[in-house]
Amino acid sequence: MVKRLVVGAHYGFRDWLAQRVTATVMALYTVYLLVRVALMPTHDNAAWHTLMAGGFTKFLTFLFALSLFYHAWVGVRDIWMDYVKPLGLRLALHVLTLLALIGYSGWMAQILWRL
Amino acid sequence: MATRTLNFKIYRYDPDKDASPYMQDISIEIDSTDRKLLDVLVKLKAKDDSLAFRRSCREGVCGSDAMNINGKNGLACLTEIDSLAQPIVLRPLPGLPVIRDLIVDMTQFFKQYHSIKPYVVNNSPAPEKERLQTPEEREELNGLYECILCACCSTSCPSFWWNPDKFVGPAGLLAAYRFIADTRDEVTNERLDNLEDPYRLFRCHTIMNCVDVCPKHLNPTKAIGKIKELMLSRAV
Repeated sequence: MVKRLVVGAHYGFRDWLAQRVTATVMALYTVYLLVRVALMPTHDNAAWHTLMAGGFTKFLTFLFALSLFYHAWVGVRDIWMDYVKPLGLRLALHVLTLLALIGYSGWMAQILWRL
Repeated sequence: MATRTLNFKIYRYDPDKDASPYMQDISIEIDSTDRKLLDVLVKLKAKDDSLAFRRSCREGVCGSDAMNINGKNGLACLTEIDSLAQPIVLRPLPGLPVIRDLIVDMTQFFKQYHSIKPYVVNNSPAPEKERLQTPEEREELNGLYECILCACCSTSCPSFWWNPDKFVGPAGLLAAYRFIADTRDEVTNERLDNLEDPYRLFRCHTIMNCVDVCPKHLNPTKAIGKIKELMLSRAV
């Protein structure tokens, strides 16, 4: 392969925007959860279970988790891009990060929907 | 005339003679007419002509004498001696290859600058007189065109340190917005395409070292934000 410097992968803007949107989702969810927790009559296991097993909260929690994972994907990939120069190693780290985050998403769904 | 002594620690490196760079302690007597750091550097050079640094206009217009002064990038000709704690530590601009002492190789910096096509592209037939702008349209260019390309900003940017070959850097991006904002330019879309990449523009993480060091008090971060805003407005 010729040694040419190539740039121009057209996903910079999409990921930048996604990072901001997911951050907003996480911020809003944090406010929602804090309010719900503050309004809980007791803070025992049963009360927590009722809160987290509710359909709406479950949906929001899953949305929060997906936002967190997408946000983390952009952030962690930025770290690999800045500090890991060998192409093969960087690709491997990208793939591992992605696989881990996809795995976490499934795990999160499993945890939430067994409540 | 009142004289006083100034103490310096200066980065020295002559690749023809030195195996590795070293910091040299130098003291010099200055008098009350020596106001700026460049005045003293010229005096130091008269005392030891092996000291190498760039300078030209001595009034903050040419951008030649950018260097790292007590840990912060700046122009020697605009830096008041009295504002500096002693010993005054002088290093070359960080992140660029050192040619000798305080002189760095700016090739990478200018490569990035040229990559954004720093000129108005207009393929329409030229009018009889000049291409006109309204005062409001011209106003948009204030705070952008004044850049003197001293490289203080780009070389203080960690994103530029890690990816100088791929990230355009604050100086280049300020210039990019200067031509995006110019109503006489006709290739805005191509300019945005050129930057819509995870490296060229989006390595900027709003650290704002560029704003902190700019000797012309310009704001590359704001310009970068406006480019992102334009990308948003054409995407949604």
